[in-house]
Amino acid sequence: MSNGKCGLFFETYRGEAQLLPSAFQKWSLGLFMVVLLGAPYMLDSYMVSVLNLVNIAVIGAVSLNLLTGYCGQISLGHGAFIGVGAYATAKFTALGVPFLLALPLGGAVAAVVGMIFGIPSLRLKGIYLAIATLAAQLILEYVFLHWESATGGSSGVAVDSPEIFGFIFDTDEKMFYLTLAVAVVAVLAVSNMVRTRQGRAFVAIRDYYLSAEIVGVNLFTTKLQAFGVSSFLAGVSGGLWAYYTMYITPEQFNIGLSISYLAMIIIGGMGSVQGAIFGAIFITLLPEFLNITASALGDIFPDVSTYLLAMKEGIFGLVLVLFLIFEPEGLAHRWRLVKAYWKLYPFAH
Amino acid sequence: MEYYLQLIINGLVVGSIYSLVALGFVIIYKATKVVNFAQGELVMVGAYMCFSLTVQFQIPFLLAFVMTLGFSVILGMAIERMILRPLIGEPIISVIMVTVGLSSVLKALVQMFWGTQLRAYPPVLPQEPVFIAGLPISPVYIAAFVLSVVLFAIFSAFFKYSSVGIAMRATAQDQQAAQSMGIGIKNIFALSWCIAAVVSSIGGVILGNINGINSQLGHLGLKVFPAVILGGLDSLLGAALGGLIIGVLENIGDGLAKDILGLGGFREVAAFVILVLILMIRPYGLFGTEEIERV
Repeated sequence: MSNGKCGLFFETYRGEAQLLPSAFQKWSLGLFMVVLLGAPYMLDSYMVSVLNLVNIAVIGAVSLNLLTGYCGQISLGHGAFIGVGAYATAKFTALGVPFLLALPLGGAVAAVVGMIFGIPSLRLKGIYLAIATLAAQLILEYVFLHWESATGGSSGVAVDSPEIFGFIFDTDEKMFYLTLAVAVVAVLAVSNMVRTRQGRAFVAIRDYYLSAEIVGVNLFTTKLQAFGVSSFLAGVSGGLWAYYTMYITPEQFNIGLSISYLAMIIIGGMGSVQGAIFGAIFITLLPEFLNITASALGDIFPDVSTYLLAMKEGIFGLVLVLFLIFEPEGLAHRWRLVKAYWKLYPFAH
Repeated sequence: MEYYLQLIINGLVVGSIYSLVALGFVIIYKATKVVNFAQGELVMVGAYMCFSLTVQFQIPFLLAFVMTLGFSVILGMAIERMILRPLIGEPIISVIMVTVGLSSVLKALVQMFWGTQLRAYPPVLPQEPVFIAGLPISPVYIAAFVLSVVLFAIFSAFFKYSSVGIAMRATAQDQQAAQSMGIGIKNIFALSWCIAAVVSSIGGVILGNINGINSQLGHLGLKVFPAVILGGLDSLLGAALGGLIIGVLENIGDGLAKDILGLGGFREVAAFVILVLILMIRPYGLFGTEEIERV
């Protein structure tokens, strides 16, 4: 029944609502997790640090996808909410709050700030909301830079390594397990959330707000919840980022960060948890790929590498534009098509 | 008092450039309902183009200016044809993000060709300040203000009286109806991008004459949002007034923040604080079309 050969045939509602309906999916995901857990033993330190960045980006991208992809509320201020989480976590850590408490507290502060900037979302839709969150981004950036007693201003603040019951996560390898664990929890939380009544309310608002209201969804509280949950996870992602880099400055959370998170969910696929993961991996690995290309080409044409590095931002923009034109449904959609192709091979339908 | 008068005048000058950029933004939004996040980069490209022609190729300023406008026409058309047209009918976030992507491509191209350092235009207008009501004002400032008023008048007349302008307004109101009356919508879209690129590059050249140019010029594009939201996303008059008002408020806000609260650099966010207030109170702006939805 569930070998995936000619489709899935559910006999119970529970079966249909499962996250992983087939045994094949469970096995392949299990294998993937085993490979991930073993990764630090197989890869060098640099690769592990890249994987850490991927894990942190996955949390941020999944949280933004909850807000923008599922609930349809465009946010150009996600980078700033991540920043709020990072600064709040740094502050709590400096005050001596242990990691296990400081990380969710940082997320909570980000959630409050996100909800405050989400209040206009009741009256604003589409482009107006995008511009309102853009304003949030720029105002928060200003606060990071000028509220020196809390954020250290332009010189930034240092953050200690996280510590759980005396165990200090001070290397890339140790951090990898921590970030992976948080990322898995975040992905599971969002995957489950979108299956609940609340998650369906988000999707209803995205699809058509009037219909949603007519069937009894309270627009204001639901939108605020979307902002709150999304900003909470963004704040957690920011907190991990602060612990990982051990030093945060305002320019890490500029508008470019917001845009790259939006790029992640667009390239990965809006309204899909899997898509957010794909997008986070793609956008995080893109600069690494460019570095490798630049150094490979640099042996042959010395000038190319300097140009290519200067063009990083431009290539990022170009990739975004090309994706929107040629693959507007994102990588998750392409992945489904590839799977369908192999399932149906050699027939077209 | 004199200090604040100076702030107001500076605000009007900067505001007149915001108005120009906002004008381009509104023209695109009016005709195509596309929100252009790359407006600031169009300003930057125009400014660098004119700079390059005058300084690097030694072409007389006026000729270079005209050539820059010609280049902007081509650039605007190319952007519309290659990037925006495939996205017709896509959700709003895709259209926003494609212009965001475009802005980083344009920025990277400018950095590749001209680097990141500040470049100064050769002096075109006399440098001695003119005294108006006892305040010294540089002729460039006056030229900037006059030029944007003139351009605003030209475009208002264009939209009101010329057949192309009327066709553009018709397209903005109802694309299907306009098409069935024989208006080529694609041409209208291309034309609105051309006009936007042209007015932006005029703004860029003026800015270059005032402050010199660097690759951060595109940041100016963000200041367009408060201006157009204040004026109303689809109103030309709103864009013109919104730009001036935001310019003045931003300068006064900066001055007040410095004097009273001792905050530095408030200029960067003053416009956005105002923006949030406008969005809370009157999201469609002073002159924008109010979208009323009733159930």
